[in-house]
Amino acid sequence: MQTQASKRQFLRTAGIAAVAAIIAPRLAGASPAEVAAEIKKLYGDKKMESGRIKLDVPQIAENGLVVPINVEVESPMTSADFVKSVHVYAEKNPLPAVVSYKFTPEAGKAAASTRMRLAETQDIVVVAEMSNGQIFSTRAEVKVTIGGCGG
Amino acid sequence: MANPVPRVRAPNKAKVGEIIEIKSLISHEMESGQRRDSSGKVVPRKIINKFTASFNGKTFFEADWQPSISANPYQSFFFKATESGEFKFAWKDDDGSEYSSTAKIAVG
Repeated sequence: MQTQASKRQFLRTAGIAAVAAIIAPRLAGASPAEVAAEIKKLYGDKKMESGRIKLDVPQIAENGLVVPINVEVESPMTSADFVKSVHVYAEKNPLPAVVSYKFTPEAGKAAASTRMRLAETQDIVVVAEMSNGQIFSTRAEVKVTIGGCGG
Repeated sequence: MANPVPRVRAPNKAKVGEIIEIKSLISHEMESGQRRDSSGKVVPRKIINKFTASFNGKTFFEADWQPSISANPYQSFFFKATESGEFKFAWKDDDGSEYSSTAKIAVG
């Protein structure tokens, strides 16, 4: 009886291990849901408005190691009305957060460019917070030919 | 690796009220912490996690960089020129080091 039980136990453990092995590689990349949860953590259930954000990314990136991204948010950038922050996410990167910017009226223009790594074809999500608390969001897909998170 | 070398391109003069673009680049491997070496061990994360731009001691732009930022990180941003003074740009490394660079601008 005891051997029967331990055999069952063994099979169960082996089964779990096998399932884990299948799932594990998928856990490596984040998911759109994870990014949505991350944004919710910042802004709760606040309404996301569209417009105002100009997101410039290539439609096709041959090299996922260096993908240019330019974000510009329309705003008068006065002390009464300016863009406070901008967050950029890559939905399927192992770590989806890419960059967060903090702007001030002194910047004169809420725009910034950088270069990012993209592991695979995915959507880039941008969320911008205005000084009056309004939240804007936009997204754009980048098709990646050679992923940039290899090793 | 050699010490990171910051490079900044900013105009040295501007008219009052002019919005200028500043471009910066720093040499750094930006090790993401996601990579494995040939023996299968995870290469520990070591990135520059923060870039700050200030003018006459006041911060006007900040970028929090994550491991998804490419090696030799590039950052461009803007500044509205109102008076002459000095920019300071600072990069903060995971290991606690800080790299910095300054630039003067004449406004008028």
